[in-house]
Amino acid sequence: MRHMLDIADWSIEELQWLMDTADDIIAKPEDYANAMVRKKLASLFYEPSTRTRLSFEAAMLELGGSVLGFSEASSSSASKGESVSDTVRTVSCYADIIAMRHPKEGAPTVAARYSSVPIVNAGDGGHNHPTQTLADLLTIRREKGRLQNLVIGFCGDLQFGRTVHSLLTAMSRYQGVKFVLISPEELRIPAYLRENMLKAQVPFSEVQKLEDVIKSLDILYMTRVQRERFFNEADYVRLKDSYILDKQKLALAHSQLTVLHPLPRVNEISQSVDSDPRACYFKQVLYGKFMREALILKLLEAKA
Amino acid sequence: MNIDGIQNGYVIDHIRAGKAMTIYRYLGLDKLDCSVAIIKNAKSRRMGRKDIIKIDELIDIDLDVLGYIDPDVTVNVIRENALAEKKHLTLPEHVMAVIRCKNPRCITQVEQEITHEFVLTDKERGVYRCIYCETAHKNDDRADF
Ligand SMILES: [Zn+2]
Repeated sequence: MRHMLDIADWSIEELQWLMDTADDIIAKPEDYANAMVRKKLASLFYEPSTRTRLSFEAAMLELGGSVLGFSEASSSSASKGESVSDTVRTVSCYADIIAMRHPKEGAPTVAARYSSVPIVNAGDGGHNHPTQTLADLLTIRREKGRLQNLVIGFCGDLQFGRTVHSLLTAMSRYQGVKFVLISPEELRIPAYLRENMLKAQVPFSEVQKLEDVIKSLDILYMTRVQRERFFNEADYVRLKDSYILDKQKLALAHSQLTVLHPLPRVNEISQSVDSDPRACYFKQVLYGKFMREALILKLLEAKA
Repeated sequence: MNIDGIQNGYVIDHIRAGKAMTIYRYLGLDKLDCSVAIIKNAKSRRMGRKDIIKIDELIDIDLDVLGYIDPDVTVNVIRENALAEKKHLTLPEHVMAVIRCKNPRCITQVEQEITHEFVLTDKERGVYRCIYCETAHKNDDRADF
């Protein structure tokens, strides 16, 4: 039985199958409208994440299935101290597939050991969030027509941004991809990722200011920089505007740039950018739902 | 090397001085009925001082645990009063209930029942990662055993 715990466990061919299937669902949604009739998705959300939960539930409903679950730990047996393994053993008696969001890292891995149905990691602490990466991959492929030969900029908090780590790891597997890592000194990517790229000979550069490099990018992946992550106020004041995408900076970029953001956004992308055709972060949300549909199909077919 | 008194058993040699009790504990030697001798601060040409453990029975020894705690030790297998085999240890690929995950956000920190498990991800540098949260643990940290 397959699970989706970490994108790195999935081969390029499998990811391609998911993207091809998502494309097909977008083209012919009616062909899939009854694919999951009488199947149930349980969304076990130990911490609230309305947008991710709704995306999973919408995906299952679009396939003709139904959904059950809880949306925060206080409304579940976890508040009475039940272990993840017991909850999952119980829920897998009712549901055909489980999407789990948990504040503790590795909780979905524990779940997968005890579940009799496929587990999808819907975010575990600062560790993984593979279905966000699936959304990112499909958006890039649909916008660019390819996943190879791209210059990808990651901007903002690259130290704690799990979506950045996961997409960077996933994109490192494609030919001709170059990364431009734009962050304050304090929020550079973790050392292990830098080592992985050096080992795999993936070209990358690390810079501090978005305006200096935006012109060179095919993709710009924005994340939020929080004031409390800075060690001192002076650095925050000096650098904060470098991590906000506004019309002035976008004017420096080329016309085929694709701007992505895992959302929710606060102020790191000015709303004035939303109407620019290069802004793709709302499409990314939509594609996320289609990739979750493809994933549900894959995991439940694989089981049958 | 003095192996007198052991007919069938082990001599665990070249233990870093002061670490014999740690190995004793991790191998569960306190739970055995056979005789176990611990020699502390023995003179060693190679190491200056070392510890030695002698076990007077051919029990199952968890070489993985031993390899993790100290890959430099030698395990001499004694059969019928003679040295039958010298086992040299390496870092194990996978260890259970030996390394504890220190990441406060790891699921193992809130669910006490879960066994802490680590896999070796970088052999050259002795880096292990928690199978749940992937937090790295360097084998040098074994000093805290
Ligand atoms: Zn851990």
